[in-house]
Amino acid sequence: MGENKITSSQTCVIEPPKTFFWAPLSKPAPAASGKTGTWRTERPVIIQEKCVKCLLCWLYCPEDAIIRKEDNSVEVDYEYCKGCGICAAVCPVDAIKMVPEEWGGKQ
Amino acid sequence: MVIIHKLPNRRYGMPGNASCPGCPESMGLRYLKMALGDKAVLVIPAGCSSVIQGIGPKSGINFPILNIAFAAAGAAASGMKAAFEVQGKDYIVVVWAGDGGTADIGFQALSGAAERNEDIIYICVDNEAYMNTGIQRSGLTPYGAWTTTTWTGKKEHKKNMPFILIAHDVPYVATASVGYPHDFIEKLRKAAKIKGFKYIHLHAPDPVGWRFDSSLTVKVAQLAVQTGMWPLFEYERGSFKLSPFSKKYKDPSKRVPVIEYLKIQGRFKHLLNKPEEIKKIEEYIERTWWWIDLLERSTNPAKTARELLNK
Ligand SMILES: Cc1ncc(C[n+]2csc(CCOP(=O)(O)OP(=O)(O)O)c2C)c(N)n1
Ligand code: SF4
Ligand code: SF4
Repeated sequence: MGENKITSSQTCVIEPPKTFFWAPLSKPAPAASGKTGTWRTERPVIIQEKCVKCLLCWLYCPEDAIIRKEDNSVEVDYEYCKGCGICAAVCPVDAIKMVPEEWGGKQ
Repeated sequence: MVIIHKLPNRRYGMPGNASCPGCPESMGLRYLKMALGDKAVLVIPAGCSSVIQGIGPKSGINFPILNIAFAAAGAAASGMKAAFEVQGKDYIVVVWAGDGGTADIGFQALSGAAERNEDIIYICVDNEAYMNTGIQRSGLTPYGAWTTTTWTGKKEHKKNMPFILIAHDVPYVATASVGYPHDFIEKLRKAAKIKGFKYIHLHAPDPVGWRFDSSLTVKVAQLAVQTGMWPLFEYERGSFKLSPFSKKYKDPSKRVPVIEYLKIQGRFKHLLNKPEEIKKIEEYIERTWWWIDLLERSTNPAKTARELLNK
């Protein structure tokens, strides 16, 4: 009791909470579900000499696992690539081959 | 016109998320980022996109998100937009809902928001079943498709959501497909400039539920457009028009035979040697295009539905 007691003649002022972090907030970041590269059973391999830099693989890759470089050449981010094979399927000049992943996901 | 090489080189998606390999939803989310950038705030009802985010503290989707109860996306987005308006912030509020969250469970909140002409973009990511809970049929599952609740194939046709939204006479309704990102991005950018309710129905072939190889997501999406199963169109301020990629399929002889679309999907396997069932799907396509023809002729030059009624 004492100071904090609210009598009927007082107005009750509710202090706003100092921080709002009690709410379950997540922030966008890579690897929310881990290094998804370990899911792969087949890996895309880019044959750089054939690549015409059309960026279709970069456009369609659902995972953002195609890294586009300054000169629009592309590279696969094997840490996260799930091996779906879409990049190989959309490549107009067959510059991406899907090859079986080694046991244990060795690179 | 969207030119891929002119899109800034930055991270649009979020690698290491929980989506299945070849997922059309994470593909669509990347296009959404390409179109609207950091201006968009998402409202997501229960569905695969809730799961793709992961369990925290990291999120696998590159947007600020309000996750909301299944039936409430339209209402929650309306409230969010109102709050932004009061604060003088010009964020674009986007609902990203599955087919179940749009056509079945979320339908009344969607219809209400459309009727009030709330200033939001509502995107239905249509993978034609309740995928997150294990492939149950929805109002948007097409005729004949296998799901875990339609073992012998669904007996009803797909509900035509875009036409239902056109009947609400909102400022903008469009269909899009993950197979045609240029078209989708363009439509999103257009929608972002229009005030009022915008509805975009994104066709999203799903390798898991439709039983095809994960590398074929784009191919299946494009075949849906080429066979006439999924026409791409826009309805903008009372005027209906076919999008460039679908224009030529108005002529039935230009369309790819629907069997090409059905045979690469395991969910239609049981139909392949039943010509009478395939005929029903062909008739559905014909009917859809008959409606399109009707809308095209009756709404050009642009007339609102109210004007047409007053005639
Ligand atoms: C009111 C309510 N009913 C059921 C569920 C269970 N549930 C969670 S996600 C889901 C399926 C969502 O399907 P859809 O909207 O088509 O999105 P998709 O998973 O296909 O992206 C269901 C039934 C729920 N979360 N809330
Ligand atoms: S295999 Fe799939 S996830 Fe990997 S780079 Fe190609 S499109 Fe992206
Ligand atoms: S079930 Fe389909 S929509 Fe859901 S995460 Fe997997 S691929 Fe994506």
